[in-house]
Amino acid sequence: MNIVQYTKAASLEEAWELNQGRGAVVLGGCCWLRLSPQRRIAQAIDLSGLGLDAIEERDDSFKIGAMVTLGAFGSHEGLLTYTKGAVKEATRHIVGTQFRNLATIGGSISGRFGFSDIWTLLLALDADVELYKGGRVPLSDFGKTGPGKDIVSHIIVPKKSSQTAYASLRLNETDFPIIAAAVHVDGKDVRCAIGARPGRAEVMTLPVDTVKTLGCEKAGREFAEKVTYETNQRGSSEYRHDMAVVLCRRLLAQTMGDDV
Amino acid sequence: MMITYWLNGKKSSADIEPGMMLYDFLRSQGCYSVKCGCETTNCGLCTVWVNDVPVLSCAVLAVRIDGCQVTTLEGLQEDAKEFAYYMGLQGADQCGFCNPGFVMNVLAMVRRFDSPTEDDIKEFLSGNLCRCTGYMSHMRAIKEYFKAKGKEVRS
Repeated sequence: MNIVQYTKAASLEEAWELNQGRGAVVLGGCCWLRLSPQRRIAQAIDLSGLGLDAIEERDDSFKIGAMVTLGAFGSHEGLLTYTKGAVKEATRHIVGTQFRNLATIGGSISGRFGFSDIWTLLLALDADVELYKGGRVPLSDFGKTGPGKDIVSHIIVPKKSSQTAYASLRLNETDFPIIAAAVHVDGKDVRCAIGARPGRAEVMTLPVDTVKTLGCEKAGREFAEKVTYETNQRGSSEYRHDMAVVLCRRLLAQTMGDDV
Repeated sequence: MMITYWLNGKKSSADIEPGMMLYDFLRSQGCYSVKCGCETTNCGLCTVWVNDVPVLSCAVLAVRIDGCQVTTLEGLQEDAKEFAYYMGLQGADQCGFCNPGFVMNVLAMVRRFDSPTEDDIKEFLSGNLCRCTGYMSHMRAIKEYFKAKGKEVRS
């Protein structure tokens, strides 16, 4: 990489101040940056010394540091239990063990990648992003603005009595998904996120009673038809749409079982 | 930038450029087992351990190993030789290009799991690409190696 100045930040304040300069880049796992070796980075800001690599389980939420790796996220016992294994399902296809030991959740969120399994799952989980200066914002709002010159410090996943499931379709094991979906059901609402359309994931909500009335097939179709799909070399928009219907139907059946 | 690190157990210091990647640095230190295969962080050939965790050295800035223990295949010769015996026995060693990264990740895996399933193994090694074998001979060699280590692979 072409890095002019590298600083291992001693505090979030220092990182934020450095990030106000032109050409400053906050380093996550560097897995995506590494694909642009010619890119000139005037100021690289390393957050790895700030203790942001921990997942804190609280009574009402999980507080996930921005430097938590995807491997740690996908294997965290508390998150595995809370999401009924969905965190593992959403991470286990991402390249490989060594990659997941590097890539960070802060990098995935800040990058707002369309192909992101992480975005799809966290949207369904109704997660918030904690920005150093901007405070706590819903992930769906963060998707529209990105971090700007602020710094993502944590991801907050609220705890509710709920069921969660995740599924994706891929051409091969470690490729980007053709389509990805996550469903999160609490006592009141069903949240369904669809990602890799190939645009960034979007989330829709229907009341639990409505989904029960419609049944899995019709509710799955209703969710899938609320977002748009595009064509790229991995799949056509029509194929993505049809597979989104299938994944949504399966995830609704998995999370709501005999209720629908 | 000055960094201090332990390479295969030996403490060293170096003055490096901030944009230098770890695999370039390790090769400059004589660790020629570390190679960059795909340039896209996908193939696993450049696998090394940082603080005993397997990572892709092509995606790690060398400055980030400051204060860390780095292990390459050069530091695991006895373990590698033992596993290589089973690879040879099972025909899992063909062109051999992927071997360094593959062996590094298998050695990390055998330390992690006591009784993995085949699915656990496939998932752990999914970031190590081999274009020769089709992986079946690898799986046989891994099962034999686990057995030799007093561990088992569950079906």
